Amino acid sequence: MATIEEKLICVTCPKGCTLMVTREGKTVLSVENGCKRGHEYARQELTDPRRMVASSVKIKGGIHPLMPVYTSAPFPKPRIPELLAVLRKVELQAPVSLDHVVMTDVLGSGIDIKASREMRKI
Amino acid sequence: MKTFDVIIVGGGVVGCMTARALSKYSLRVLLIEKEEDIGMGASSANSAIIHAGHDPVPRTLKAEMNRLANPMWDSISEELGIPFKRTGAYVVAIGQDELGCLDPLEERGRVNGIRVECISADDMLKREPLINPGVSGALFTPTAGMVDPFAACLAPLENAVLNGVEVMTDTAFTGFIVEGGKMTGIRTSRGDFGCRWLVNAAGAFSDDIMHLAGDAPEFEIRTRKGEYYILDKSEIQLNNILFPVPTSTSKGILVLGSTHGNVLVGPNSSNESDKENSAVTRDGLEEIWGSAAKLVPSITPRSIIAVFAGLRATGNAPCRNKQVDYGHDFVIEPSSHLQGVIHLAGIESPGLSAAPAIAQRVVELMKDAGEILTDKENWNPIRVPRPRFNHLSRPEQVALVAKDDRYGRIICRCEMITEGEIVAEIHSAVPARTYDAIKRRTWLGTGRCLGSFDMPRVVSILSRELGIPATEVTKKGRGSEFLFRSTKEVEAK
Amino acid sequence: MTIRKNYDVVVVGSGPGGLAAAIAAKKNGAQDVLVIERDVEPGGILLQCIHNGFGVEIFKQDLPGPSYAQRFINEALEVGVEFLLDSMVLEITRDHRVTIASKRYGIVTIQAKAVVLAMGCRERTRAQVRLPGTRPAGVFTAGTAQRWVNVEGYMPGKNFVILGSGDIGMIMARRLTFEGAKVERVLEVMPYLSGLTRNYVQCLLDYGIELQLMHTVKNIIGKKRVEAIEAVAVDEKWNPIPGTEEVIPCDTLLLSVGLIPENELSRQAGVLIDPVTAGPFVDDTFQTNIPGIFSAGNVVHVYDLVDWVTEAGLTAGKAAARLISGAEPGHSKTIPVRAGENVRYVVPHTLNPDHLAEGDIRVQMRVRAPIEAPVWVEARAGERMLTRKGEPYARPGEMVTLTLKSALLDELKAAEELTIAIVRR
Repeated sequence: MATIEEKLICVTCPKGCTLMVTREGKTVLSVENGCKRGHEYARQELTDPRRMVASSVKIKGGIHPLMPVYTSAPFPKPRIPELLAVLRKVELQAPVSLDHVVMTDVLGSGIDIKASREMRKI
Repeated sequence: MKTFDVIIVGGGVVGCMTARALSKYSLRVLLIEKEEDIGMGASSANSAIIHAGHDPVPRTLKAEMNRLANPMWDSISEELGIPFKRTGAYVVAIGQDELGCLDPLEERGRVNGIRVECISADDMLKREPLINPGVSGALFTPTAGMVDPFAACLAPLENAVLNGVEVMTDTAFTGFIVEGGKMTGIRTSRGDFGCRWLVNAAGAFSDDIMHLAGDAPEFEIRTRKGEYYILDKSEIQLNNILFPVPTSTSKGILVLGSTHGNVLVGPNSSNESDKENSAVTRDGLEEIWGSAAKLVPSITPRSIIAVFAGLRATGNAPCRNKQVDYGHDFVIEPSSHLQGVIHLAGIESPGLSAAPAIAQRVVELMKDAGEILTDKENWNPIRVPRPRFNHLSRPEQVALVAKDDRYGRIICRCEMITEGEIVAEIHSAVPARTYDAIKRRTWLGTGRCLGSFDMPRVVSILSRELGIPATEVTKKGRGSEFLFRSTKEVEAK
Repeated sequence: MTIRKNYDVVVVGSGPGGLAAAIAAKKNGAQDVLVIERDVEPGGILLQCIHNGFGVEIFKQDLPGPSYAQRFINEALEVGVEFLLDSMVLEITRDHRVTIASKRYGIVTIQAKAVVLAMGCRERTRAQVRLPGTRPAGVFTAGTAQRWVNVEGYMPGKNFVILGSGDIGMIMARRLTFEGAKVERVLEVMPYLSGLTRNYVQCLLDYGIELQLMHTVKNIIGKKRVEAIEAVAVDEKWNPIPGTEEVIPCDTLLLSVGLIPENELSRQAGVLIDPVTAGPFVDDTFQTNIPGIFSAGNVVHVYDLVDWVTEAGLTAGKAAARLISGAEPGHSKTIPVRAGENVRYVVPHTLNPDHLAEGDIRVQMRVRAPIEAPVWVEARAGERMLTRKGEPYARPGEMVTLTLKSALLDELKAAEELTIAIVRR
């Protein structure tokens, strides 16, 4: 398998170092630049990239038509479009409390979707 | 087919003043306007000045109309509730070289029969402390003043409607209906209407109507674009109108206060072949800035909060008086081909100032042609302006909110415009149905944040009051909707 | 609720700054604390910031904006803070009289013993960046679009160009993409990113949205609605480079070109405003030049992390309560804090060294231009260096903090002034 060299911007801290990553497929051979956290980030990013996802779902009976929600933990990046499609179909009913779990184990990821705020019934 | 005695084409200041003048008589009058609101052309994008009248070429119609109209503004503004301040205006010479330029202007004022006073440099500095200390002298024309130009359209038209005139916006003139060589009506984008008289007050497009009537094929309107800056009230205030010495093509780039309280800077002058392109340009802005700083050096671009451009309709009609060598005079005359058609064309500066006199002239032209005009019983000259929260004293504000609590909710924070005012404009005689229409009427969204706070709230109010979905609310008519769809629909319906 | 004629502390704005100030005022002895909010619910701008990134310092959690706000709203209610919602402050006077317009209560004037200004910021507009072109529908500031997309539930466009690589613009680029819109380009006039690198990666790179540095909008095209943006490259002086124009078809232009502290009420009350920060001159308790008028949060200067805004609010609220109770003797001896080498501004503008007896004082600043190399952030009294901190770099988009530790009490008491500088190591 060919060895690939590529650049990756680390986002573990605001410094944003540009890491030089050498890999074979998904196996990271070496990381130059950055600190220990950065190297860990590079490995994670290349094997199983994840992001915190924040979006919103429809809600009826509240002060606004949308309820902001977020993932309880970083979610697999390649499946984000799937996640957004699922969220688009959700419709809640007010009242909803802060941190109410809107969906558990969404798409079998082991991650929950939580309400970002409370929304009372009007 | 609905029939009227008079149809006025064009809802700019000339058309609106004419509607009001005609509303005095027992005539069925219709005003049509092709845009979705009145006054969307040059009438709301100008220097907002009532000119003294010293400056037009003597013995032109421009000079005559300006001179006749100027004194009318006291009573008109009073009767119609149009914000107007007779502050007078200055033409300021900076440096010794410019001092000589004031003499021909003073002379012209004298010939035009307008009061002009010479002011010394010291006197100028006292009257306007912000003026360039290099001032060498100035001319003062005490009869000039500041006006709210959009109110100068809306107020007379509302009064006209109160007195029975009908108004149709979103209605474009498309042609004459001629039977046996006589005009019996007109065609519009919203159907045909019968009429005996047609007043062509179509601004930049008045030449098209002239040609359709068979008149003056050589007459042509060219639009000249003028760009303006509006400055932050809290950074600079002026209670004066300041002109530089004029150039050969224009009155120059002014710096002046306005009835809204903002300082206005502009206009420049550039030819614009697209009669509807009011885009603001980088070159224009730089030109204006250089000139303005010469009059008022302390002006800084940091104070700019808004920018706009107006398109003036410059006609090429020679002055009717053959002894006067002037090629851009007003056209105020009946058609030579189609009886009943009166053309008001090439109305650029001093068009706003002259509008009340032009309206009077239309009445006179109708009488001259044999029209018997009977006074309408119960004609009401008064139009009561709607309350402006920000202009009221605290006790007046308290009383207003007690009467209607919607005046207690501030929607535009920068200009302190309330929900009550917005709702009132949406349901008034010449209603506001778009964001820009509300802006023109209330000055909402023109402040420091330029609408970023009020926009979602105004869209929501318009949706509610007009009973339309938020996605149908527009900035300035069909095609300018703010919102495409709701967040969770993927495709717009 | 009935509005009283008198309150101990009146707070203008219920964003993170105002909420923290109200809570701290109550907890430090103020009896009646009223928060005035123009929106129909408390929370301020956080209500529309539904993305994560809030509370990393204070709660050690990565929360969305509304969650962060809710925690403080709940605490404020628990300690007995009163809220006047859907109400706009019309005027504040030097002697702490606050006049309010409210649909429900009409026009009301109340007398406060102390006021905390927490009005936050407004966004820079197209007129202020002097964008040429027409004025069609479809030119919005990023915050206005954010309000529509996240709170009111509408998409203000389908194809977007964003001017400015500020955080709000980048966050919106991702948000709009999430909701099915296309972001064609992000243009940034400077040669460097205006916001956080993390946002560049997670909002632009992740979604294949191109960022063009040293580019701006030359023209807005479209009569009724935006039809296209003419982008152009610029030189270091921001002059357009002829021949580099590109017309990008789109229906919306979002502006993310900076925030300006909203100090109209402050100015009218006679509060002196620093032209560099566009916020009030403040001391280390965030008191303005007017005794009893404090300020907290983005209204003072533009912060980057909300956690620091909360901290500032707590400081201001506590100081307001202590002023009222007499525990704080009002304007005491302060020394000026000056912006030294490479520093564009420093807040606070003055500090009272005696306060170090109670705790550390944080000094916050922004660097003039990026230094992508290790730096020292130094505090000097004359020639003498009092303290310094090493940082790996300094960027205008990230606020820099220097903590003056309590141990510096004696040295600062002896100092006439303090100068803060950022120098290369």
